[in-house]
Amino acid sequence: MTGRTYGTRLPGMPPSALRGRLIVIEGADGSGRTTEVALLKERLEVEGHAVVDTGLRRSDLVSAEIDRAKQGHTLGAATMALLYAVDFADQLENKIVPALAAGSTVLADRYIYTLMARAVARGASRAWAQELYAFALRPELIVFLEARPEILLHRAIGKYGSLDYWESGMDLCLSRDLFESFFLYQDRLSREFEWMRGHYGFELVDANHTPEQVHDDVLRLVAPLYGFAPPTPGSEPSRREPRRPASRAASA
Amino acid sequence: MGETPSPAHGFPGRLLIFEGLDGSGKSTQAALIGKWLAAQGYRVFSTEWNSSELVSSVIKRGKKKGLLTPTTFSLLHATDFADRFERRILPPLRAGYLVVCDRYAYTAFVRDAARGCDPDWVRTIYSFAPRPDLAFYFRVPVATTLRRKLASRQKINYYEAGMDLGLSDDLEESYQKFQTRLKREYERIAQADRFTVIDSSRPVEEIQRVLREHIRPMLENFPTGAALTHDG
Repeated sequence: MTGRTYGTRLPGMPPSALRGRLIVIEGADGSGRTTEVALLKERLEVEGHAVVDTGLRRSDLVSAEIDRAKQGHTLGAATMALLYAVDFADQLENKIVPALAAGSTVLADRYIYTLMARAVARGASRAWAQELYAFALRPELIVFLEARPEILLHRAIGKYGSLDYWESGMDLCLSRDLFESFFLYQDRLSREFEWMRGHYGFELVDANHTPEQVHDDVLRLVAPLYGFAPPTPGSEPSRREPRRPASRAASA
Repeated sequence: MGETPSPAHGFPGRLLIFEGLDGSGKSTQAALIGKWLAAQGYRVFSTEWNSSELVSSVIKRGKKKGLLTPTTFSLLHATDFADRFERRILPPLRAGYLVVCDRYAYTAFVRDAARGCDPDWVRTIYSFAPRPDLAFYFRVPVATTLRRKLASRQKINYYEAGMDLGLSDDLEESYQKFQTRLKREYERIAQADRFTVIDSSRPVEEIQRVLREHIRPMLENFPTGAALTHDG
């Protein structure tokens, strides 16, 4: 990592290059991000790399305020976006940057892209959202797990027993119907992600498949960074296989 | 106005802002202006910096624990300001009030610049806040503000002395250095954004008279509260 950001310098940032790698796994709720982060962390550790995983809304500084804000206060679009930005900045400076400086890989379960998509879906301008997060470090790899809305819906219901108020964008009053709101909101988000995909260089992974298949596809993107062998199509990804005689024969 | 101009608001109300260092006398003057406007029958809404409930507890906690960096410090104040702006400043402005702000977004521009944040970044973040209709900058020597502070036996707090920047181990010395940085930035903005500069060394009554002269033209044809609530 070079420690390059998306534009703005981060005051007090260590001037030397950050030695670790920042890898981001993005995707909607139910796209299998968290499962994939766990699998990838395990694999990278097995390969001998130190890994720190991080997600959104986990900083000590404002997570209580975000929860409280969600429970009742009606916050304006700019206020909510900024509150999330504080939380992100706190994690970036106190967790991500130190880990990268120490040479660890940081696996981010969502990053600024989700925050920007949410802000834009709630009425912020794209240019403002981009500038707001201009202090964020550019990841070395951004994997976007893409799943069909119907699949997301079924996974969400399977996970929570119903649809989550916030993940359905109910605060936007797109529809009084939770089910309909979910689709309208996910559609807004995916339109924003679609634009970001080209702008930020997302690597798309088909997340409609099983976690094992998804993991294989992600490993094919990650392996070249670390120089380990990517899984071959059809192989079991989580099992470490001995070298086959065939490959020895091929190299001979 | 300024390097990255915020848009004009286009609402029926008017936005008056008072900026300057702590101890420049701007709060006293802003309060008197509020009284004067209300006494003439105008709908007035007065607001101060850093008064939102939402994040003031975070700011306090963060400050106490020394958890804040220039970036989180800046973003927290922006969150606080956005909440106050969206909830308290914008509605009266849209409803046609005279909104009097004791400090506005410029306070953030000045403080964040002094802490090393990118000024263009800070400006863009605050672009939801419209340009004021009238802006006053209270010019005061840093030595005067320190003298006033010590004379009133107020404690100098850690952040207003910029102690987090490590300018000096001595509180008073750090205060002077930090406030000098703020002043330099204020002077630059006051010129770039064409603020009306007020000489704080003048007597209170005289300053008040000057302020009223500047505000009067804005009040021509501006409806009073009675005109807003009754016909005829």
